Amino acid sequence: MHEMSVALALVDQVAEAARADGRERALAVHVQIGELAGVVGDALDFAFELAREGTPLEGARLVVETVPARARCRDCAGEFAVGAPPDLTCRGCGGTNVELLSGRELRITAVEWADGPAYAASAGQKG
Amino acid sequence: MCRTHELRLALLARNDGSATELREELAARGTVVVNLLSSPGSGKTALLEAELTRARERGLAVAALTADLATENDATRLARSGVPVKQVLTDGLCHLEASMLRGQLDGWLPDGTRLVFVENVGNLVCPASYDLGERLRVALMSVTEGEDKPLKYPTAFGLANLVVVTKADLAAAAEFDEAAFLLNVRRVNPGVEVLFTSARKGQGVGELLDRAVAVAEGAEPHRPVMADEPVQHTGCTDAHGDEHDDGQGHGHSRDHGHGHGHSHDHTHDRGDGHRHSHGRTNGREHGQETDPVAAPSRPRPNLAVGELS
Ligand SMILES: Nc1nc2c(ncn2[C@@H]2O[C@H](COP(=O)(O)OP(=O)(O)O)[C@@H](O)[C@H]2O)c(=O)[nH]1
Ligand SMILES: [Mg+2]
Ligand SMILES: [Zn+2]
Repeated sequence: MHEMSVALALVDQVAEAARADGRERALAVHVQIGELAGVVGDALDFAFELAREGTPLEGARLVVETVPARARCRDCAGEFAVGAPPDLTCRGCGGTNVELLSGRELRITAVEWADGPAYAASAGQKG
Repeated sequence: MCRTHELRLALLARNDGSATELREELAARGTVVVNLLSSPGSGKTALLEAELTRARERGLAVAALTADLATENDATRLARSGVPVKQVLTDGLCHLEASMLRGQLDGWLPDGTRLVFVENVGNLVCPASYDLGERLRVALMSVTEGEDKPLKYPTAFGLANLVVVTKADLAAAAEFDEAAFLLNVRRVNPGVEVLFTSARKGQGVGELLDRAVAVAEGAEPHRPVMADEPVQHTGCTDAHGDEHDDGQGHGHSRDHGHGHGHSHDHTHDRGDGHRHSHGRTNGREHGQETDPVAAPSRPRPNLAVGELS
């Protein structure tokens, strides 16, 4: 499963951020996973537990926020939930001239650090 | 109010960055990559062999890479077409990544190659998340796999620039419901073109090549709805959050290769910023003289490469 690759990328990026900010340990990592991102939350969780060993993320929680897939019709301006299984056909007019608004997210949104002020920016205050 | 440090990093930013770079570099060389995705056994190798043979007859400069978990059989088959073929052994990894493809192409891809076909690892889930730097992504499925496959694998079919149905010669026997299938494709990828092919009977052979050539000559591939960049969501914005762009990992090189899929022995480059590749993919060339340098380091099945030329 590619969730291991995703988890390794996640751990790498947070470890880099830790180094850049002079942090020693992360308590939690928040990620957004879109419904259409092709990543399974449970599998990512499992992979994360392995990937975090021996890194500044050891013992950190993974907080997954699932982002629903939504689309907007360019013809009738209607917005709709893409649903599962996905259907990108406009619920209002039946057209397919649509754009995806959300659902492909696969990103880290926040990290909770163990040391220092919870949200000190890299620019200034060090913990 | 969030008591956290906002980051906003795209998780696959590194791969996406490598893919974008590779796409641009190849474009500068006049080369287009075609990424073929399907379940194992859908008929990728069979169709590709036919397309490569057709390309050779037309005098087109094409090459092919085929990825497999462990065997070299596909490269042996593809090399019969007479075009340069290289086997990539992923050693268990379920997908290719852009940095691996780059490593495989470096020093191997003959100058002047217009099209590089990449047969991805047989799997409709994992490879769908990894941009390889292709200009044309093709999702294939055979008529025996069920009309609802596009709904079950929406990222694979939803992100494809072209959909190819294979083994059309078996459609009647499989009672393949073409209308239902097309409707399902339309639900996940409205407007995408669908080709019907049979490598066995020759039906539709050459059409995939035509589409790829068109892209190489400047035609814009179909743009899937799912490929839209989602609008930025910020679950948590506070004034102290760092402004990191999506796609940038603190200014470090995004091109580190990783030996993914082997949690026990991956040695990460944790940010020194130099480019390296310790991907566990092994490459081996076919259809050309073998280069001892390209010989992979792990034990492998016996294969008389010389016979392939
Ligand atoms: N009837 C029929 N069988 C096919 C066709 N294409 C491939 N096959 C068979 O399907 C099996 C898997 O094909 P292969 O090309 O190895 O699939 P891959 O795993 O996607 O590369 C082989 O036994 C092929 O002979 C076709 O067009 N018609
Ligand atoms: Mg194959
Ligand atoms: Zn509408």
